[in-house]
Amino acid sequence: MQPGLYHILFISGALFFTGVYGFLTRRNLITMLMSIELILNSVNLNFVAFNKYVWPGKMDGLFFTLFIIAIAAAEAAVAIAIIINLYRSHKSIDVENAEDLKY
Amino acid sequence: MLNDFIILMKSELAVTVIIFLLLFIKIGKGMKNETLLSFIQVLLLINFIGTFFFNESGNLFGDMFYTTPLIAFQKSILSLGVYIISLVCADWLKKTPHLPEYFILMLSALLGMFFLISSGNLLIFFLALELSTIPVAAMANFDLDKKRSSEGAMKMILSSAFSSGILLFGISLLYGATGTISFPAITEQLNHSPLVILAFVFIFTSFAFKLSIVPFHFWTADVYEGSPVATTAFLSVISKGAVSFILITTLYRVFSPLQDIWYIMLIALSIATMLIGNLFAMRQQNMKRFLAFSSIAQVGFILAGMSSFSYIGITSVVYFILIYLFSNLAAFGVVSVIADKTGKENIDDYKGLYKTNPFLSWILALALFSLAGIPPTAGFFGKLFLLTSAGSKASYWYIIVAALNMIISLYYYLRVIRAVFMDKNEQPVEKLTLSPSVKLGLILCGIGIVVVGLLSWLFDHIQVLAMHQ
Repeated sequence: MQPGLYHILFISGALFFTGVYGFLTRRNLITMLMSIELILNSVNLNFVAFNKYVWPGKMDGLFFTLFIIAIAAAEAAVAIAIIINLYRSHKSIDVENAEDLKY
Repeated sequence: MLNDFIILMKSELAVTVIIFLLLFIKIGKGMKNETLLSFIQVLLLINFIGTFFFNESGNLFGDMFYTTPLIAFQKSILSLGVYIISLVCADWLKKTPHLPEYFILMLSALLGMFFLISSGNLLIFFLALELSTIPVAAMANFDLDKKRSSEGAMKMILSSAFSSGILLFGISLLYGATGTISFPAITEQLNHSPLVILAFVFIFTSFAFKLSIVPFHFWTADVYEGSPVATTAFLSVISKGAVSFILITTLYRVFSPLQDIWYIMLIALSIATMLIGNLFAMRQQNMKRFLAFSSIAQVGFILAGMSSFSYIGITSVVYFILIYLFSNLAAFGVVSVIADKTGKENIDDYKGLYKTNPFLSWILALALFSLAGIPPTAGFFGKLFLLTSAGSKASYWYIIVAALNMIISLYYYLRVIRAVFMDKNEQPVEKLTLSPSVKLGLILCGIGIVVVGLLSWLFDHIQVLAMHQ
């Protein structure tokens, strides 16, 4: 059976919500960052699938994917720098330990 | 062609030149922080004045980038804000060991906002949004040895990365539904199919994160409290202003066929935002946290003005952002001076401030009156026009709810003013000597608060720009 648009959309939707679930439930900062990467990759999958099956003549989706990959790397770099700094002061990368600021 | 390029992108090019200049200064021989700061202030002033000349409309790169006189005016507002921040937060800026880097980050974020408000394409919109948020997270972490600063930065980067993930998912669905990423082409293709509506909800959610509209406001107070005051001021004024401007463009231009849907969303979210912002602001003890929740409540009023879907909506929002800039920067300026010299940030520490520092007290009082919307100050006129614009479409019940919210907000603004002017304190903040640049910044803000509300031609000017864009 050839995979169609709906198969790929199902996978990307599942990836997206796995990412959201992971982001909301995990307590380790690196894992939360990985969950965000899952979300971004589901978006990439979406773009490529729409480009192949729905709008085959256009290139916009593919270009968007390239830019998303680059930006995700930049974002991860800044985030990891911040997490390293957090580790220096808190000696932990668990969000439960970063709790100085509260209502 | 090259001429077009230089004239249409002049504000972006100017900011880029300043960024590179600072990079070279950083590489070269070390300057003293004081001289460097005054040099940067002069550059920012020139940059602000430069935004008033050669404003033409046109587009570049196949409609990816466009500019109109209204957009140029919005860019001048943002540049003015950055200049005032460099003045009022001078004390903290002088002490930071990495002054050039701080301004490189701040100006990169400003550059991102410039591209953001003139973007005509989802791709450049996304890139500009990232450019305007990632450096701010690094700026939030600038008190490197403070625990709270890194915690605030962590919350900021995680929530902004999450919200940009949601934005991208929405964009990908929109691309699937319409097959294009250019703003005018999307508008032609839009219909009320479930896919489009889902995409719109995702994109709007991401805006709600950036503007801290109520169900997505949890990061705001923590980030504001943790970061250095200069970053907080930038985040609460400049970044909020830029995102409001682009939100108007997105709603009025790109999603204009879905007007019946976003109208209901705006009304519901604005009531929730005003109410929750006000209720939480009442119980805050920390001044920065208090201002964070007050700025959440202000966003509720901005949403109210946006809901009218007419050029009056655009005018009132731009005008309000200008006033909000002066009032909020004045408040943050006073908080910055006191926090920097004495380390005190709680409202109780402000008791008896008037006895020792009358100038700071008056500026703070003006700023808070303006934020609350009490008549002689500009804030009253800003809110008046926002609610007038909302009233042209919404039912009067909604206007009454908004007006009641203004009354609730009086309670907590006046609480601070009472602490400053009337409460007695054994050990008030000692008498502080202000450096000339801080004084200049605070006086500028004070003049802005008093005068902008009375300049009716300014409102007319914005209205003309909004009508002809």
